[in-house]
Amino acid sequence: MSKDKVTLMKGNEALAMAAIRYGADGYFGYPITPQSEVLECLEAEMPWESTGMVVLQAESEVAAINMVYAGASCGKAVFTSTSSPGFSLMQEGMSYMAASEVPALVINVMRGGPGLGTIHPSQADYFQACKGGGHGDYHAIVLAPSSVQEMADFVGLGWDLAFKYRCVSLILADGLVGQMMEKVTLAEQRPRRTEQQIREQCPWAVNGRQGMRPKNIVTSLELDDDKMEANNLRFQATYRVIEANEQRAETVNVDGCDYLMVAFGSMARICMKAIEIAAERGIKVGLVRPITLWPFPVDKLRDAARSVKGILVPELSAGQMIEDVRLALDCVVPVVHYGRMGGNVPTPDEILNALTNSFPELQNSK
Amino acid sequence: MAKFRGAITVNEERCKGCNLCVAACPTGVLALQAREVNNRGYHYAYMANAEACIACMSCALVCPDACIEVYRVENK
Amino acid sequence: MELNEIIRPENRIYAKPALLNEAHMHYCPGCSHGVVHKLVAEVIEEMGAAEYSIGISPVGCAVFAYNYIDIDWLEAAHGRATAMATAVKRLMPDKLVFTYQGDGDFAAIGTCESIHACNRGENIAIIFINNAIYGMTGGQMAPTTLLGQPTATCPYGRRADLNGYPLSITPLLSQLDGTCYVTRQSVHTPGAVRKTRAALKRAFENSIACRGTSVVEVVSTCNSGWKMAPERANEWMVEHMFEKYPLGDLKVNDK
Repeated sequence: MSKDKVTLMKGNEALAMAAIRYGADGYFGYPITPQSEVLECLEAEMPWESTGMVVLQAESEVAAINMVYAGASCGKAVFTSTSSPGFSLMQEGMSYMAASEVPALVINVMRGGPGLGTIHPSQADYFQACKGGGHGDYHAIVLAPSSVQEMADFVGLGWDLAFKYRCVSLILADGLVGQMMEKVTLAEQRPRRTEQQIREQCPWAVNGRQGMRPKNIVTSLELDDDKMEANNLRFQATYRVIEANEQRAETVNVDGCDYLMVAFGSMARICMKAIEIAAERGIKVGLVRPITLWPFPVDKLRDAARSVKGILVPELSAGQMIEDVRLALDCVVPVVHYGRMGGNVPTPDEILNALTNSFPELQNSK
Repeated sequence: MAKFRGAITVNEERCKGCNLCVAACPTGVLALQAREVNNRGYHYAYMANAEACIACMSCALVCPDACIEVYRVENK
Repeated sequence: MELNEIIRPENRIYAKPALLNEAHMHYCPGCSHGVVHKLVAEVIEEMGAAEYSIGISPVGCAVFAYNYIDIDWLEAAHGRATAMATAVKRLMPDKLVFTYQGDGDFAAIGTCESIHACNRGENIAIIFINNAIYGMTGGQMAPTTLLGQPTATCPYGRRADLNGYPLSITPLLSQLDGTCYVTRQSVHTPGAVRKTRAALKRAFENSIACRGTSVVEVVSTCNSGWKMAPERANEWMVEHMFEKYPLGDLKVNDK
């Protein structure tokens, strides 16, 4: 594959290539459709020959996430990727990593559930990704790419944020973004950090008591109630800082719009077309595309929603993100859900019809 | 006469009085305090028959709490 | 000769290893864990490996091993220690990496990770404490609980028809191509302690030299769980455990 030019590749391949370029130390994963290309691409690229990156096909998602937990505890830039059923298996590890305050990158290329469900796209893991997912009070930073370029870019962004806040970054993509091919420009190859650099950047890391420094222990266990509460308060304080600093969203045509769509990932792309068609029919519709699903981009959404008559939230689910939209706006604007499930993806016309059907004053503009 | 003369010390506060050292001693040196206890309430081990110690380290090897130090001098 | 002539620093031939710190271990009196902890600390100290050793502690009685032995530690989720050790060793191949796991952790909830780490031949040492019971949670049935042995969850003794058979996992692991050294030891006598010490050293050397996976099973007592005095627990172990779990090397292929 060409190294520096614009190349055409799948979203899943972009994840793999971007990770190598970032200087990743390790990948641990287990095949599951529709994201198996991540592991396939890494094995084909053989980064252990070029950068020294470790790539391992684990025996299960449970093992994979615990390998990531261990690598992250060593201060290494490690990641895994999976799809919805595998992500469910990883929730235990997500909770442990949050409790241990280690930086890691986890990718969920969502498919339809519940259960084995379908291998086709879905966004129905929003709650699981944004509201904790595993046990205890915790959050991961959740990034929602809507293009193959963003699949590549969010790998680096995810790791940067994870190391900045000592938390887990989660790329929440869907099968559509994972499987589609688009043009991508990859970042320059960065060298992997040396052990000495890791010791300086991550003095908490478990990597041996070099120079007989005091021992480092990474654990999520604390049986002293007051200390465990103090740990929780520290986690929450970090989350408040992340909420204040890291909200990200893209807005399209929100100035002077009468209606708003709020959608993420592949759904946002379909909404882009829907608002174009709406404009041709004389309906002014703007789009807010949350890029961080947690922290939810409350401020940008409130700005954009200030004078709109109604909001449509199209999702590939029964309606999950819509709850955050309503919470952000305190229900002062009518907020309506439109969703497809089971791996079905709506057309732009379908979404526009949902908008006009939802708001009676638009009925005659069909 | 044994080749070595030995002696041990017991970290009395670490000792949990499990009696494994007493059972392991081949020459009957050790016993648990019958009445005395340490801060945690354990009847700790001590040399009840110090002259018999041959510094074989058996007590120290089996001690789960690493309470025992062993000292050895050659019998001349 | 007076005692104070013998008890002098120059005459000291055995003392607590410095890596085993002053913290009071939470184990019950007579617990085998303490002996194995001491040996781990002794061997790492003897090898001068404290600066590059990383231990993975389990969920189980040894969950706080990291508080007692002064090396870097990771605390694993229940059963996942060998998966974590896999990543640590692959990411830092020059380290001594070992797990310390009980029977529930290693041979029940973690069986999948245990077998696959061994089968891949990860260059790690696995210390497997088999005391046939769940100690920390209060004496429930373990995968290795013997037939007829009472526990909190098989109070009338383990029955094959109800509870299945005791799992002897190390012979199984010895058949995997990835393991280089599989041995079963105990720590109930001074001689047994010496042998276990040698086994641990060999396993640790194998990890450093990347010879494959080493498994050191230590058939152990849980006198609280078994509801026996420590000495009686040792006798019971010899009388009952060694029949199902005989001591000795199961595989030596590490040269």
